Amino acid sequence: MATEISVEPGTERAAVGEPPPAVELRGLRRDYGELPVLLGVTLSVPAGQTLAVLGPNGAGKTTLLRVVATLLRPTAGEVAVLGAALPREAWRVRGRIGFLGHEALLYRELTVRENLRFNARLHRLDTAEEAIAAVLRGAGLMRRADDLVRNLSAGMVQRAAICRAVLHEPELLLLDEPLAHLDPDGAGLAGRLIGPRPGRTRILVSHDTEGALAEADMALALRADGTVGYAGPAAGLSPGDARAIYAGRDR
Amino acid sequence: MPLPSLRALAFATPVAVAAGFALVFFYAPLDADQGFVQKIFYLHVPLAICALVGFVVAGVHAIRHLRSGDPVHDLRSYVSIHASIIFGLAVLVTGAIWARASWGQWWVWGEPTLVSFLIVFLLYCTYYPLRYAIEDRERQARYASVFAVTAGAFVPLNFIAVRMSESLVHPRVLATAEGGMPPRMWLTFLVCLAGVALLWTTLVRFEIAAKLTSAKLSRLRRAIEGTDAPAPSSRIAPSAQPRPAGAPESV
Amino acid sequence: MPREQHVPEGAPVSAFRTVLAKDLRVELRTFESVPAMALFSVTAFVLFRFGLDRDQLEGGLAAGVLLVTVLFAAILAINRLFVAEREQGGFDAIRLAPVDGTALFAAKVVALVIYLSALELVAVPAFAILFMDAWSGLPALAPVLVLANLGLAVTGALVASIAVNSRARDLLGPLILLPLLVPVMIGAAGAAEPLLAAGGPSFDDLGRWMALLALYDVIFLLVGYAVYDFLLED
Repeated sequence: MATEISVEPGTERAAVGEPPPAVELRGLRRDYGELPVLLGVTLSVPAGQTLAVLGPNGAGKTTLLRVVATLLRPTAGEVAVLGAALPREAWRVRGRIGFLGHEALLYRELTVRENLRFNARLHRLDTAEEAIAAVLRGAGLMRRADDLVRNLSAGMVQRAAICRAVLHEPELLLLDEPLAHLDPDGAGLAGRLIGPRPGRTRILVSHDTEGALAEADMALALRADGTVGYAGPAAGLSPGDARAIYAGRDR
Repeated sequence: MPLPSLRALAFATPVAVAAGFALVFFYAPLDADQGFVQKIFYLHVPLAICALVGFVVAGVHAIRHLRSGDPVHDLRSYVSIHASIIFGLAVLVTGAIWARASWGQWWVWGEPTLVSFLIVFLLYCTYYPLRYAIEDRERQARYASVFAVTAGAFVPLNFIAVRMSESLVHPRVLATAEGGMPPRMWLTFLVCLAGVALLWTTLVRFEIAAKLTSAKLSRLRRAIEGTDAPAPSSRIAPSAQPRPAGAPESV
Repeated sequence: MPREQHVPEGAPVSAFRTVLAKDLRVELRTFESVPAMALFSVTAFVLFRFGLDRDQLEGGLAAGVLLVTVLFAAILAINRLFVAEREQGGFDAIRLAPVDGTALFAAKVVALVIYLSALELVAVPAFAILFMDAWSGLPALAPVLVLANLGLAVTGALVASIAVNSRARDLLGPLILLPLLVPVMIGAAGAAEPLLAAGGPSFDDLGRWMALLALYDVIFLLVGYAVYDFLLED
């Protein structure tokens, strides 16, 4: 029961007055060399909602996130992000997406603050210093802001990476296991920074099935072979069903 | 402007090559300095010209590939480089034979064309390790095209540089008739050039046709067998297959 | 193909400055590249002294030893710069931002030119002390080295960007790079040979060789500018 909104990627739904979906996938396929990683994902995420992406290792969750982030181009199928058709119009949405992957994307020989300034300049933020101070406070990193990333613990690095991802107030936030390495305090702080917010659409990849489904509006469950087990409202997928898809028992 | 068909080329090539050989052995005059050995010039120089033009042609195909993304242009670029490398090897071998017969040495640094050729040949040999080292097909083709464009721009530059590096006093080792070639030599040379050019074009067209046909064959085979698995093919040779059509997943 | 970037005015300069400042800051903090290049060069000179069994060099031999050493030191720096960037996810971070690919290319080229110039400030005097009697031709070497550095940097940045995303990146980079640098070697050595001649420098052909180097630099800058965006897409 895919929630299919049959709209050409990139067109406005002016008649109804609703904004276009933040993310639209139609038959998305991505190969790695000769092997298919994602096979025919079709899904539409309305603006402002949260999508939880679940699945076992190797199911293609990270690949999906990277395609939506414009870092990978689809092998086949159609992808539209914030109204722009990828990969042709990727330049239109760069700067409006926040991405938190497995790598922190921070330079080890720079301090946290220097890393954030680097990103702020690349994104041409006007009030860079205020924005940097705000995210540092939000992540509880004010005291460590001038330490080299090399000298931080994994949890601090993760918090710094979260700062980097949300610094430019992106409309679309892509999160791959955002709470990895975080202790309960850190997770609480981080949760507020990356939590739902008006005007912000989120895609969340997580192994914590219950937690992710609890805060999601929509859910996508991938099987180990990259096919779609479930794509639709989060309410329609129970944790039990999700576990079955994980274990490959749903067919 | 329709290109000559493969059949027409296949007829014309042996005719031209045979005519060239006949002229070389029965018509062209003997060189005063070098004697019979000089006749290898009629093979060596046309091979060199065709190989170099072939490298530049590969660069042009690569530009078209980058601009359009159509894998057919990548196939043409790949095959052009393939043929030119083979011809390049022949250039080096015939050049060495000529040098050995004329000067008693298997290699002469004093012949700028031969030296330039060695450099260009060494450069284009790296085309294959480059393609092998990138697994993602689409990126492999794109990077190979960037290489072909860069190397294509390099070829004339390299020839200028090597020419300049040769002392103006040192005579060209393998040059013929300082005062220009007599008409009988010109005619023989032009016919040989035409023959080698036709040979290059025929080989390239033949290889492209073979690859396209085998790609079509494997597509048909897969359609009949109903499998979606990609056919085992060379890791690097462009398959010129269109991107697989995305199939929307129905849940 | 997304060639138009539609970024506001002044943006490419800002991205260029940002990336360049970052690389220079990291280098000044860690001293990873330039000291290693300098040390490598002096050690190479010692090897040449014994390999060639010569303790005085002039003319073509001097030019060759100096330039080949600088070239190999350049390969060290080029490798380091790009592999470090890739390891820390730099390419991803830059691609996620509204940044023109050519700004990244320009920043890397300028960083390499700076590193090479810093290296030569150490290596050329070291070379002169170790091998040469008469030093009067050395100042004229400076503009030659500037043009050669630019050629090394442009081609190096282009090839490293190709190689760093492939599997055998340590090997593939130099393999592709060395043939492409032959014209730089020809031009720089052609210019340096009369400058380092035993009987004193001669400036006869200097213009020709510098013109060759300049031509190389212009062509490869244009090629790099034209194709770099295609290397950043994925």
